[in-house]
This record gives sequence, C-alpha cells and structure tokens, in this order.
Amino acid sequence: MTRILRRRDIIPGQTVEMVLHAPAIAAAARPGHFVILRVHPMGERIPLTIADADAAAGTITIVFLVVGTTTARLAQLSEGEDILDVCGPLGQATHLTRVGKVVCVGGGTGIAAMHHIAKGHAQVGNQVTAVIGARSADLLLFEEELGRFCHEVLVATNDGSRGVRGLVTDALRQHFAAHPDVAEVVAVGPVPMMRAVAELTRPLGIKTVVSLNSIMVDGMGMCGACRVRVGGEIRFACVDGPEFDGHAVDFDELAARLTAFVSQERQSFGCLGACHG
Amino acid sequence: MGRRKIPPRVPMPMQAPVVRRGNFHEVALGYTREQAMAEASRCLQCKKPTCQAGCPVEVDCKGFIAHLAQGDVEGAFAVIRHTNSLPAVCGRVCPQEKQCERACKLAPTGEPIAIGRLERFVADAYYTSDACASAIAAASQCRMPQGDVRVACVGSGPSSLTAAGLLAALGAQVTVFEGLHEIGGVLVYGIPEFRLPKRIVATEVEHLRRLGVEFRTNWVVGQTIGLRALLEQGFQAVFVGTGAGLPRFPGIPGESLLGVYSANEYLTRVNLMRAYEFPRADTPLPQGQRVTVVGGGNVAMDAARTALRLGAEAVTIVYRRTQAEMPCRREELEHAVEEGVRVRELVAPVAFEGDGNGRLSGLRVEHMVLGEPDDSGRRRPVSAGTTEVLPTDLCIIGIGTGPNPVLLRATPELACNRWGYIVTDPETGETSIPMVFAGGDIVTGAATVVLAMGAGRRAAQEIARRLGLV
Ligand SMILES: Cc1cc2nc3c(=O)[nH]c(=O)nc-3n(C[C@H](O)[C@H](O)[C@H](O)COP(=O)(O)OP(=O)(O)OC[C@H]3O[C@@H](n4cnc5c(N)ncnc54)[C@H](O)[C@@H]3O)c2cc1C
Ligand SMILES: Cc1cc2nc3c(=O)[nH]c(=O)nc-3n(C[C@H](O)[C@H](O)[C@H](O)COP(=O)(O)OP(=O)(O)OC[C@H]3O[C@@H](n4cnc5c(N)ncnc54)[C@H](O)[C@@H]3O)c2cc1C
Ligand code: SF4
Ligand code: SF4
Ligand code: FES
Repeated sequence: MTRILRRRDIIPGQTVEMVLHAPAIAAAARPGHFVILRVHPMGERIPLTIADADAAAGTITIVFLVVGTTTARLAQLSEGEDILDVCGPLGQATHLTRVGKVVCVGGGTGIAAMHHIAKGHAQVGNQVTAVIGARSADLLLFEEELGRFCHEVLVATNDGSRGVRGLVTDALRQHFAAHPDVAEVVAVGPVPMMRAVAELTRPLGIKTVVSLNSIMVDGMGMCGACRVRVGGEIRFACVDGPEFDGHAVDFDELAARLTAFVSQERQSFGCLGACHG
Repeated sequence: MGRRKIPPRVPMPMQAPVVRRGNFHEVALGYTREQAMAEASRCLQCKKPTCQAGCPVEVDCKGFIAHLAQGDVEGAFAVIRHTNSLPAVCGRVCPQEKQCERACKLAPTGEPIAIGRLERFVADAYYTSDACASAIAAASQCRMPQGDVRVACVGSGPSSLTAAGLLAALGAQVTVFEGLHEIGGVLVYGIPEFRLPKRIVATEVEHLRRLGVEFRTNWVVGQTIGLRALLEQGFQAVFVGTGAGLPRFPGIPGESLLGVYSANEYLTRVNLMRAYEFPRADTPLPQGQRVTVVGGGNVAMDAARTALRLGAEAVTIVYRRTQAEMPCRREELEHAVEEGVRVRELVAPVAFEGDGNGRLSGLRVEHMVLGEPDDSGRRRPVSAGTTEVLPTDLCIIGIGTGPNPVLLRATPELACNRWGYIVTDPETGETSIPMVFAGGDIVTGAATVVLAMGAGRRAAQEIARRLGLV
C-alpha cells in the first residue's frame, strides 16, 4: 500500500499529478526510471514514469493522462488514500554525462516524464533547453517547473495560443538554426512526435534519445510484452530501456504493437467499475 | 512370484475431459481417504526401499506411507514435512515418473506406488484438519528467535520459500523480497489453476507467515534496493532465488506481429492477472481461435490447455522432435491430448506470416526428421527440406527461458557462467559474494519445483550453520 500525500488536477478531467509516500523508491529513483502500479485486486499493472523524486522527503511524483480503466480509477483516488501496489524504480536510468548543450523535448503528458530527465541533465552541468508542445496553452504542463533549471523553455502549440504555432519540431528547427552545437536531444511523448523529432535530428547527426511507452505486464523482463525493435534487434523496453537511440527504433512496429488490445481496452473502459462485481 | 499378489494402482479421480476443457477447476480431484489407504496398502514396505533415493529432497516415502496405511495422516505429514516444505505442491507437479516412482521397487511392473498422489492426499488432508490449525497456532508461540539473526530471501519461488521456511523454523528473522505483487514465483504466475490451485500456494505461504517470515511484495532487488545494500543494512546472509523467467524468442521473421506471445506473457496474463475473468479483471486476454503453441515442455502443455479452456476452436502443439522426446511430464501430455489438444511432431517454425495489417495469420514450419543423438542424448531434428504454413491467429512460444536479468545486471560482481546463470559452490550454494547464496532455476536454468526446493534447503542449512542457528 502506498499513500497519496498530495493530488491535484493539472488539467481537470484529463491530467492528474500525485505525490506518493514511497521512501525506498524515492531513495533509488533516478531520471528515466518508472514505476508499475495497480489500483484494484482485479486491476491491471500499468507503467508510469517517475516525474520527480525527493529522497529526503521520501516521495515520488507521478503525472498521468486519463486514457482508460486504470488511469481513470487512479484519478478517482483522493489524498490520504492508498494505491494497492507501487513497484519500482524500474528500467535503466538515463545515461547522464556532461556533454554541453542538451535539448529536452516533451509532448503532452510526456512533458512530465521529460521533466525528471531534464533536471538530471541540468544537475550534471549541461545547458538544457526545454521544448514543450501541446494542442493549446491550457494543456501545457510543467512550464514553470522547467523554467527553474532550464536555460530556456520553448513552447509550441497547435493553435498558436502560446509560443510558436505548430509542432515541437517547428520550435526545434528554429532552435537548431540558432544553435548548431546541440550535443544531444531527448524526446518523450506520443510515438508520432518522437518519430518526427528523430527524423529531424537524423540528417543533422545529433544524438537523440527517446523514451518508449510499449505495453508492459511485469516490468521485470519476464514476459516480453514490451519488446521493441532497435537497430534490427529485439529489446525489452522494461529492462533494456525505456530509453533507446531514436535513430535506431522501429517506430512503425511500436505503433502497431500499441494497438494490440484496443477493443478490449474500450470494453473494459465502457464498463468501468461495473465489471468488478 | 509366489508372493502376495499386488492389486493394481488405485486410479486418480479426474474431471472428464469434455467437462474440464471448459473450466479452470483442478483436473485431478485427489484420492478419498479410502482410496489413499488402499493405495498405501499396496506398498511392500521394502527392507531396503529405493523410493527415497529417487526423490531430490529425500522424502521418506516408505515411512509416510506406513503411517498413511494405518490412517494416520498427522504422522504421515510429519514424516513428509521433515524434508519437504511444500508437499501439497510437489504431490501435484513433481515429475514423479522420473523420480520417486521410477525408483520404487514396483516400477518394473509398470504400477509403482502412486507416491505423488499419496503425498498430495496427506498434505491436503492435513491442511484441512484441526491438527494443522493447532500446529500453526503453536508455531508462532514456540519459535525461539536466536538473538538478532536476519536473513533476506530474494524472489518467492519454491527455492526461496523453502529456504525461508527452514531458517524461520530455526529461529532466524527472515524477510522475503518479491518483485511481483503476489508470492509464489512460477507457482502463481506460470502454473495454471487447473493443475495447481492458487489456494494451495496461499496455504503454504500462510504457514510460513505464521512461522514469522515477513513478505515484502513489489520489491525488486537490484532496483528498489541493491544486493550489497541488503548486507549493509543488517541482513547477515542473503539467499537469491530469482528464477529463470526471461522468455526466449526463436529469432525468426514476424515475431513482433500482433498475435505472437511468449508463454510467460500468456500465462502471466491469465494466471497472475486473471485475464480469464476479463472484463471482471482489467487485464486484456490475448484472443485467438486457431492457436499454435511452440515447444514440448510443461510450459507448452500449460499454455495449450489454457487456450483450450479459454474457448479456442483448435489448439495445436508444434514440436520439432517426436512426442517421445518431449521433456514435459507424461501425464500433462496425456491430459492435453485427452482434452483435444493436437500435436504436430517433427515441425520447426521458420517464420510468422502476417495478414497485411500487422496481425498474425500463419506459422510457416519446416518439416524435420530425427538424426543422430545430440549432447542431451535425444535424437537431433534435422531439416527435411520442405515447409508448410499452419493457419493460426495466436501463437504462443514456449521454447525455453533464460536467467531473470534485473538482479544480475545490477550486481556485475556476482559471478555467472557462460549461459548467464549464477555460479555457486555445489556443496553450500554460496556465490562469489561471501554470505550470498543462490539456488533454483537462477543457478540450474529452468528445472523443477522439487530441485529448486532442494537447493533452497541445502543453502538454508549452510546459512544456519554459519550463523550459529544449529
Ligand atoms: C515506461 C512507461 C512510462 C509511462 N509513463 C507514463 C506517464 O508518466 N504518464 C502517462 O500518462 N502515461 C505513461 N505511460 C503510458 C501508460 O502506461 C498508459 O497510459 C496506461 O497503461 C494506460 O492504462 P489504462 O488502463 O488507463 O488504459 P488502457 O485502456 O489500458 O489503454 C489506453 C492506452 O494506453 C496504452 N496502454 C495500455 N496498457 C498499457 C501498458 N500496460 N503499458 C503501456 N501502455 C499501455 C494502450 O496502447 C492504449 O492506447 C507510460 C508507459 C510506459 C511503458
Ligand atoms: C508454466 C510452467 C509450468 C511448470 N510446470 C512444472 C511442473 O509441472 N513440475 C515442476 O516440477 N516444475 C514445473 N515448472 C518449473 C518450476 O516451476 C520451476 O523450476 C521453479 O518454480 C523454479 O523455482 P525458483 O525458486 O528457482 O524460482 P521461480 O519460481 O522462478 O520464482 C522466482 C521469483 O523471483 C522473482 N524475482 C526475480 N527477480 C527478482 C528480483 N530482482 N527481486 C525480487 N524478486 C525477483 C520473480 O518475480 C519470481 O516470483 C514449470 C514452469 C513453468 C513456467
Ligand atoms: S517431493 Fe516429489 S519426488 Fe519427492 S517424493 Fe514427493 S512427489 Fe516424489
Ligand atoms: S520402493 Fe516402493 S514399494 Fe518399496 S517402500 Fe518404497 S514405495 Fe513402497
Ligand atoms: S514488461 Fe514484461 S518483459 Fe518487459
């Protein structure tokens, strides 16, 4: 059982942030790590990135988008209530070295996950530029938090309600024009966004790390549900990743595998709460 | 023979194949008291019994059977429990025909004593008796902790549970760290309900809890806490029983198509996550009507029989040798065939074929013939040069596993062999790190429940000796 210490709607009905009391996980968590949690005895195990960790306070932060049964049920929990199972930190931590200029790109809820990685890069002494994007200004996350340790925060919105009108890649292209010496790019977000970023940086020869969100069950290397193809090889995102070289990832295959259970996910969501009997 | 004529083996009551292929209840129903006593009475009580030597944990078969023949379940249980901490499990899943029953003096007649079934009966009868309740209650009172001796067990499969039980009984404070949310290892995520009901494992775990064993689920050693950190934080010894659960894929084209699953994923979704109750359970179930299962071990049998119970129209096991070479328990193969699972021998997968939309539509197999025996003594399958496509929309791969990776990657100083399994001293179970012991599948590669238990027991005895508990 893991206690929810604080909870807030970042975007009402859509995106929720929770601070959890999890001292052991907080002590071991590094940027790039995730947890697997379960909210009901008949529930599914789902992976969520550790968006922030405070070892001294014994807390971790998760930020999630409500997309289906488990995230909807999680969103219903209040401060002071417990999450049934929280396991972590899982995955390989981000490889953080001092390389100079790093650009961290986040799309949608991926901004939260990117936040912890960006913070890590800033802590090892890199000059971090954050590029965040969403459909409109009210769907942007963590802009202020990123501002605290990033050199600059660039914003792109589809409707132009804030920052550059367009996609994160548009903001990124402008940034590269002014800063040809970017050493590394990190992209976290929806598959099409990560793919677009990787395609943009490929001809420029800039190292690009992406964090993959494949379907997972155990998160410990025991099922192979999370397998992804990287450089032609099968890798398990939960133990070999979730971060991989964006120029080597087979995004088509990842996108296809994410649709494996759509009809059942819809059915489950449709009877949310009523199915459990 | 001039001696008394021995009656035939008492048959095991079973659910009929047509009934059981539609449910997840246990297939073998268990002996009644009368049946158990009748079977026990067949035992010759040999002067020089050979049965015990056939058992990896040396259960005194003759001894417990003598008690049982007299109707003394409690006495029989005490004899078994002396060396076997999970009798209700072993009685169900041991490959007895290769172990105790093969060693029985009556084996040459083809009708050895049904030692496994008797062991199961004794454990089940004992666990539902008053004697068990009072023994459990007494256990927590009479335990005498030996100062502050703390031992950690990593993983909660049969090797760790056995080590934990023995050490707790000797007075150590034992903490079991399990990465998943349930205790039992393969016993809960792999072996299906119809062979090993979850309540059996839960009963054995409850027994350990009463002995004072502490269980911490959702703790992944190597991630949540390091192996070294356990030693630094006051555990004087650590037993590692993390198992061999890393699924292998055949490495052929089309493996990522939707509809191709490892047996571990399929069985974990169904067993641990209860996807067979979807949508009452949230975890989705892999769907398929024409199911193929690749492999010839217990894992393949379990996956095939599970698919059948979930309503598949046809389930076919694809194996590259012949049935005679299959490593599974004989009984599992027989049960599977009785239930309607088909077996295609002498075919090896060469490619998965898709329907053009990313979903599996067929498995291309190569026809094989048996050639010369290989290192394992089994005849090696060699290509006959022709192929065919088996139509299938769900393919489950059960071709073997490798060592669970997480702890090993986080602890590079732990010496492993060239297949990636932990190297231990065969006598003591100690690893290259002093006071860190290991056993079970993480040392031997995928093996059996009772061998894992034997390894847990040996290591626990050594730990007890080193820490002055015995
Ligand atoms: C390493 C990792 C980190 C992640 N971090 C975050 C995060 O910080 N915030 C966030 O909002 N989301 C994150 N996700 C995605 C999140 O796990 C899914 O949104 C969640 O599982 C959906 O569960 P559900 O029951 O609410 O919806 P479902 O109805 O189960 O699924 C809805 C959608 O989520 C995807 N999905 C379903 N099951 C899984 C699964 N077991 N693993 C991954 N994706 C799945 C499906 O493709 C589907 O499109 C992460 C995924 C991974 C692999
Ligand atoms: C489907 C199937 C059917 C089988 N049928 C039979 C049968 O009929 N008869 C038989 O004798 N044998 C059978 N076996 C084999 C038998 O189950 C195994 O040999 C036995 O369970 C091995 O026990 P173990 O203690 O080594 O570990 P396991 O049972 O493999 O358990 C290991 C545990 O460690 C946990 N773990 C791993 N890494 C970590 C970590 N870093 N931190 C914390 N926890 C961790 C895992 O989550 C797991 O719970 C079967 C196996 C399978 C998969
Ligand atoms: S533990 Fe297994 S091998 Fe040993 S006697 Fe029991 S059933 Fe036979
Ligand atoms: S060898 Fe067989 S017949 Fe003899 S004591 Fe053992 S179980 Fe009984
Ligand atoms: S989630 Fe099971 S192997 Fe990665």
